[in-house]
Amino acid sequence: MYGNNYLFVLIFLALGVFLPVSSLMVIGPLLRPNHPSRAKTTTYESGLEPVGDARARYNVRYYLFALLFVIFDVEIVFLYPWAVEYKHLGVFGFVEMLIFILLLVIGLVYAWRKKVLEWK
Amino acid sequence: MFSWQTQPLTWMHFLGMLIGAVIVLFLVLFIVMYTIYFERKVIGWMQNRIGPNRVGPFGLLQSAADVFKLLLKEDIIPANADRPMFLIAPIIAFVPSFMVLAVIPYTATHIFTAGLNVGVLYYIALSSISIVGIVLGGWASNNKYSLVGGLRSAAQMISYEIPLGLSILGVIMLAGSLNLNTIVTHQATDRFGWYIIPQIIGFVVFVIAAIAELNRTPFDLPEAESELVAGYFTEYTGFRFAFYMLAEYVYVFAISALGTTLFLGGWEGPFLPSWLWFAIKTSAFIFFLFWVRATMPRIRIDQLMGFAWKVLIPVALFNILLTGALSLIL
Repeated sequence: MYGNNYLFVLIFLALGVFLPVSSLMVIGPLLRPNHPSRAKTTTYESGLEPVGDARARYNVRYYLFALLFVIFDVEIVFLYPWAVEYKHLGVFGFVEMLIFILLLVIGLVYAWRKKVLEWK
Repeated sequence: MFSWQTQPLTWMHFLGMLIGAVIVLFLVLFIVMYTIYFERKVIGWMQNRIGPNRVGPFGLLQSAADVFKLLLKEDIIPANADRPMFLIAPIIAFVPSFMVLAVIPYTATHIFTAGLNVGVLYYIALSSISIVGIVLGGWASNNKYSLVGGLRSAAQMISYEIPLGLSILGVIMLAGSLNLNTIVTHQATDRFGWYIIPQIIGFVVFVIAAIAELNRTPFDLPEAESELVAGYFTEYTGFRFAFYMLAEYVYVFAISALGTTLFLGGWEGPFLPSWLWFAIKTSAFIFFLFWVRATMPRIRIDQLMGFAWKVLIPVALFNILLTGALSLIL
């Protein structure tokens, strides 16, 4: 039965959660020592007292790459069903996808020309 | 008991599934331990060193000793960290790395495999959830090195996920299915043989993107020790650190198994039993990853991001169009 395959996946999920939870929260505390001190719980910063908070502003480049990722990841999601049915679609499917990919390539070239892809 | 794929569900079949999944879990823990040993030994030899040789015969128990040592170490949580997020992040990173193994066809009999019709998509979708665990760990630590490591990791992994997804498309077009079992059986009967031959461009893109997805040298910028100490897990100690390591090495195995399945014919092969063929091909793939690590220097972040967007994605798109055109003509 096909549905059984998803039950198998759910068993994997349950085991995947069970292993870290049991070893970190049940077995681990019985075995490991626990003597926290101020020096131990200080944030590591090359042996010095940490300066300020880590959560400051960071480079805007990360946002631009995240935006590009969203566009191209959606493209991949659209391409997957097309690829599965490709042999049945024939020339029509090929031309359709040629147009679709071309539109996205224009977007990529635009980002390239606007120097979004340069990491500075 | 193990015929749950073809028959309706009974308690016996459920028990069979449970036993199958537990076997995979223990097998994976064993494989990860010896993958780490294998990596240290191979890189040792390549650098004219001996590698681990103290614990047990030929150092075979070194990884087991490391696991026990990490289990007995104190679990330090920094005072400034976001405590609940800090505790949960390694679990979020680990769970998908184990779940992706559910769809890999290890043997011809499929008793350890869920034959999902969305197999490839399932792998790609779940493996990206691990990025959340990594970014969360870096952010929750409230450490500058961790935060930069986590952000770099996110930027790198999302950028390389696109060429990875595109490089697999050629294989899907040839096989006409997302089910990994079907892809393997198609390769046995395909007129070009294993998909590495008609999809050689796709294979090269896949291997490069896979190494970058794994954050391994030459793309290991998220944990570049010369600038970021240890990257996103700088503040992690003991068994929580071990789960990040475990997730990383389970992915080494998983992506090698996926590459074997998609391009190298999976468990297909003459004479030897199917699981042995799968083990040989996957080991060769893993060896290649370690070989690259011992050979290549780390590249800069601008080169890394530029390479994904300016080289790999155009090449992967070209490969799709080429595959489409050729399969119409031939």
